[in-house]
Amino acid sequence: MTWLAGVLASVDQEYLFQARQMQALSLAVHIPLVCFGIAFPAMVLFAEWRYLRTGDPLFRTLARRWSKVMLALFAVGVVTGTILSFELGLLWPEFMARFGNVFGLGFTLEGFSFFVEAIFIGIYVYGWDRLPPRLHFLSGVPVAIAGVAGSLFVISVNGWMNHPGGFELRDGGAVDADPWSALFGNSYFWHEFVHMYFAGFIVAGFLVAATYAWGFLRGRWGRYERTALTIALSAAAIAAPLQVVIGDWAAREVATAQPTKLAALEGLGQTTSGASEHLLGWYNGHEVIYGIEIPRLLSLLAFHDPDATVQGLDAVPLEDQPPVNVVRFAFQTMVGIGTLLALLGAVYLYVRLRRKRLPRSRWFYRAAVAAGPLSVVALIAGWITTEVGRQPWVVYGVMRTEDAVTGASGIPVGYGALVLVYLGLAVGVWWLLRRFRQVPLEVDRDG
Amino acid sequence: MAEVPMYFILAGLVAYTVLAGADFGAGLWTLLAGPGRAGRAATRDHARHAMGPVWEANHVWLIFVIVVCWTAYPVAFGSITSTLSVPLFVAVVGIVLRGASYALRGQLDEAPGRRVIENVFALSSVLTPFALGAVVGGIAAGRVPVGNAAGDLVTSWLNPTSVLVGALAVATGAYLAAVYLAADAHRLGARTLERDFRARALWSGLCAGGLALAGLIVVHFDAPPLFDGLTGGGGAAMIAVSAVAGLATLFLVWRNRFGLARASAALAVAAVVAGWALAQQPRFLPGLTVDQAAAGRSTLLAVIVAVAGGAVVLVPSLVLLFRLFLLGHLDPADTSGATVPRVAQKAKPRLLPAFAGVTLVVGVGVTVLADGGWPLALGVLCLFACAIATFGLTATAPDEET
Repeated sequence: MTWLAGVLASVDQEYLFQARQMQALSLAVHIPLVCFGIAFPAMVLFAEWRYLRTGDPLFRTLARRWSKVMLALFAVGVVTGTILSFELGLLWPEFMARFGNVFGLGFTLEGFSFFVEAIFIGIYVYGWDRLPPRLHFLSGVPVAIAGVAGSLFVISVNGWMNHPGGFELRDGGAVDADPWSALFGNSYFWHEFVHMYFAGFIVAGFLVAATYAWGFLRGRWGRYERTALTIALSAAAIAAPLQVVIGDWAAREVATAQPTKLAALEGLGQTTSGASEHLLGWYNGHEVIYGIEIPRLLSLLAFHDPDATVQGLDAVPLEDQPPVNVVRFAFQTMVGIGTLLALLGAVYLYVRLRRKRLPRSRWFYRAAVAAGPLSVVALIAGWITTEVGRQPWVVYGVMRTEDAVTGASGIPVGYGALVLVYLGLAVGVWWLLRRFRQVPLEVDRDG
Repeated sequence: MAEVPMYFILAGLVAYTVLAGADFGAGLWTLLAGPGRAGRAATRDHARHAMGPVWEANHVWLIFVIVVCWTAYPVAFGSITSTLSVPLFVAVVGIVLRGASYALRGQLDEAPGRRVIENVFALSSVLTPFALGAVVGGIAAGRVPVGNAAGDLVTSWLNPTSVLVGALAVATGAYLAAVYLAADAHRLGARTLERDFRARALWSGLCAGGLALAGLIVVHFDAPPLFDGLTGGGGAAMIAVSAVAGLATLFLVWRNRFGLARASAALAVAAVVAGWALAQQPRFLPGLTVDQAAAGRSTLLAVIVAVAGGAVVLVPSLVLLFRLFLLGHLDPADTSGATVPRVAQKAKPRLLPAFAGVTLVVGVGVTVLADGGWPLALGVLCLFACAIATFGLTATAPDEET
């Protein structure tokens, strides 16, 4: 096994940049669909559970209509997920060859949860007519569980890439791998998983709510629309403020395990005691200029001590630093949008819980329409933060991304083709969702 | 132990060929729906509807094969994906187009653009199995050396064996699909469709068999070691099994025994995969045996445990899916089954707001202050509990606007 790792010699890295762009594009397309895999089954099942409890056919209609959207998005997620699994091999064969024995298990397990999801989503969506109601509801439960489990397994791999362990390094490859402890004995992945789980509800909730908020502004505001908006917006509005607390936890984990990443997030050039936080601005290679400085806040946030010492970028050589401004801009985008979403959620919860009704202001619904796409931007910005912040390493501190890339030529052609495919896919999904909305409600009423 | 994951991979390949292969074949039949008594539209609808509930699950077998391969045989996987990057990329594009056009077509009914989408679906159903077959051909013919893109990026898949295996993949898919679709038509009582697909099954079965025989000649000249493996020992036995099962299927289809024909057609295809594996063993890639390619002991053990554990969940689920599917429980119906009677809403538990409040305070406090370990886990769990309780409060409240 070890002599083989040596055979796979390092190759020309002409296409590293395109390969990274291609992988990033594919992830950016797939991750919003993952959010629907995490959160949508729970929302659909909640609607069906309400039907079973109340016997109100409106909930059945809602669950049935949503389940069709769920299946279509799952189908698109299946193909974009397949692209990702192929790309791992097509773009990063060295990474797979040297470390597949350590982290591959996570994907094997993910494969099984994917299987369960695919099997039961078929039963659930095609079983509305002939399965008894309770059995039908139960057939949806594995879909919800498998959606969450699948993301857990994949994120365990990402946690390992950011905080590798569970193997010995020999000739640049992993030997004596212990995949169980590498993936699940790694304390580093839990905050990533919980952060993503809440993000799933924020993104899916706000996106679904946005379509009904848009309907409100256009005068479509029957009981069906109100019920649908209440379920989706409640999920997102609860998750958004809690995400602030989870985000704080995540930042502290990064501060401890990946100080260079934290320094890049904050644009901290030199190791500093009582470090200040900068909002906006630009990192010029030494410090943040044109930013709004808040003294000692960074030390306080990262270590809960206003005088704590925070490691700066100067602790590692320049070639081991990530591109600071990309990471910092992405991080600030995520935090900024996240804060706005949390505020919107708080407003909704206040009106809903104190006044026992839905908001009536048109401005609220305009904000809710904007929250849908903005939540996707925050989601992708968050992944850029953690993944570009990991650079130049593919396995943090162990293998550089440039050593993982394929030696095959033609990456730019593939990149161009993939962009076209995704554009086609985006048009298709957009069109499909429009079609779903145009189907009259009566079609699904006890059909 | 080094070979055990290879059995998983081969089993996954057989399942993928037999199940997803038939889905690809059904796509091909939507393209060739013209000659037949049932009419173009009816034939297409039948082919499309028959895979609705199962195609996603069938597709996952490919993912299964890939993930087991990269975990258990990482170096071989890296070599294969870098050298054969072109056909693999083509397969990916085909999979995307196919999945997307299938999802779109289901919503289209009579809208304009339907024909374009249908043709994209049918063509990608031919392109994908051909590209994947070309990958298998490249490996079988020993054209993938160990290393990062060490083989020829073009001739590794554009060679007689690859083209042959690609064509064979398309043909066997069409044959399997015709047998399955005839069986489905029989179940649904659609006599004309049943007769059409019976004829298609007989013809495509003959074509696939002929192609397989012609293939042996191609392999004899293009990949002599593979030919020796296929014509001697276990390989030859499997080829014989395949031939017998293929002939049996033709006989069963001819006699309208579609249920049994399903099984024997699948066996004929499975035996070809097994024959390939036996012909090639113990070689995986040139100069690399399965033993040498295998990852370390604990990785292999982890894969075996994961697959065994996964199978405990997977096998009953698959049995349930195909049982419901084949018994017609997933077919559309005009009347809905039992409905749930209306019940008066009960008052919400009064402690719920208090519970939400307490879990919020404890959750936020502990999560922010804890340094890790169990207190932190407890804090996060409190946040989850708070989220669920608050959701119960906000999402179930009666609608006040009516």
